[in-house]
Amino acid sequence: MQVYLPIAEVSVNAFLLLGLGGMVGVLSGMFGVGGGFLMTPLLFFIGIPPAVAVATEANQIVASSFSGVLAHLRRKTVDLKMGTVLLIGGLIGAALGVGVFNYLKSLGQVDLLVRLCYVLFLGVIGSLMFIESLNAIRKTKSGKPPARKKHNWVHGLPFKMRFRTSGLYISVIPPVLVGVLVGILAAIMGVGGGFIMVPAMIYLLGMPTKVVVGTSLFQIIFVTGFTTLLHATTNYTVDIVLAVLLLVGGVVGAQIGTVIGAKLKAEQLRILLALMVLAVCGKLALDLLIQPAELFSVGAEGH
Amino acid sequence: MRALLFLLACLAMPLSAEEVVLGLSQDEVSISTNFDGSEIIIYGAIKREAPIPQDDPLQVIVTISGPREPVTIRRKDRRFGIWVNTEGLSVSAAPSFYAIATSGTWAEVINEADDLRHTISIPRAIRSVGAWSQVDKPQEFLDALIRIKMNDGTYVLKENAVDLQQSTLFTTAIRMPANLTEGDYATRIFLTRGGKVISRYETSIDVRKVGLERWLFNLSRQQPLVYGLMSLAIAIAAGWGASAAFRLLRSG
Repeated sequence: MQVYLPIAEVSVNAFLLLGLGGMVGVLSGMFGVGGGFLMTPLLFFIGIPPAVAVATEANQIVASSFSGVLAHLRRKTVDLKMGTVLLIGGLIGAALGVGVFNYLKSLGQVDLLVRLCYVLFLGVIGSLMFIESLNAIRKTKSGKPPARKKHNWVHGLPFKMRFRTSGLYISVIPPVLVGVLVGILAAIMGVGGGFIMVPAMIYLLGMPTKVVVGTSLFQIIFVTGFTTLLHATTNYTVDIVLAVLLLVGGVVGAQIGTVIGAKLKAEQLRILLALMVLAVCGKLALDLLIQPAELFSVGAEGH
Repeated sequence: MRALLFLLACLAMPLSAEEVVLGLSQDEVSISTNFDGSEIIIYGAIKREAPIPQDDPLQVIVTISGPREPVTIRRKDRRFGIWVNTEGLSVSAAPSFYAIATSGTWAEVINEADDLRHTISIPRAIRSVGAWSQVDKPQEFLDALIRIKMNDGTYVLKENAVDLQQSTLFTTAIRMPANLTEGDYATRIFLTRGGKVISRYETSIDVRKVGLERWLFNLSRQQPLVYGLMSLAIAIAAGWGASAAFRLLRSG
């Protein structure tokens, strides 16, 4: 069944979109990640214009994170104060990101920017995660609990603030910076940025693991919501039909993924996720390195 | 001045002995939610007052052209080990869709001069003013534009695709792809003899988004903020609804 997407102006198979949404949903349910970093490149591969893919994915992330946040709010595992500080940074970052996105679009380099960001971040995060989880497996085998550093350079900065839910008394500068970075990524890459924010919250800010996921989801909803509005008003690239189709598949897939994920061990899951991140990174890197079959590309004026 | 001369030349063209009477299977294409391309049948007859001239055989050319829009063609080059867009050529007007069907081979149906005058062939349909000032070899870029558009089916040249019966009745089918843009699609029929255009007929096919597609598209352009807020609301509702439904399904 073909569906004509009114904003993307292409006709695609509805079941393909539901299937893609479902597949990425399963993975995101299994690994507890948003899946934006997989969905956006997949949308490029099936012929959705990159600008539409990025903007629509932001819209989809809002929706898929919404039920997650509600669950975390009920369990009181959201640090609202920390979330708000991250959010302020995130909104600044999103505005910057959309600005950069539109500027590069006028130069015809937006595709390159998006791909380079993906290669860089997926490569770094994938490798770190892979090494981390290998170490964790080795440590659990030798019986030593993983040690966490309590004090680092982060605790020496000014403008300190108390975050009761997280039990922290730290400067607001690092969370705002983390927020800005995640906001930029959300706008440029069409991702929630959880894969950057969660490690940053644990290792850089030293937040307790139980509030990390809820707080990052809280921030992601508002930042991606803001990004969606920015893209909708400046680029007209949010395709609601595409978003809803991906979403329905995604939500169902996520439920299935959660069940599968509960049956696997945490370290195994993390290694699998790391390998997957590296695979996507490798595919995108190859596209940049190997001479393309068609050197020319056609775009609308100023796109 | 040249335009005026051209106009006069057109008017002066013998109110020809042979004229087209046209039929279209449809004169509008509605892009609805399940739009998957459309096939237009173009058929017609040739009206004449005198007996069929016996010199060169009559040929028919049918063209359908989507709205013209400015496009940019970019070329990738290797920089710092990776392939990035470097040079770009802006073309002031290229049709978003262009199909040609002819009753014979290209060389049989039209000569160079008349092709230029009536802008029939694909390269002629692309207006590239000032191309030489932008890049060194604009022809490479224009060739690439045509190659890419022909590969994805938005530019089509079908020779020997117009079926012409006894120099009087003709019919052809032109497939319009699913990724159409909105607008008036100019449809032209040329009658030629010996490569010269002896008569032309023009009409247009109206391609429009309808229903939900039209409403969403208009809203996104005219009230982008409302559209953006609505997208968020719908997406949240759909996401929440789907997960609630799934939970019910599993527990019940």
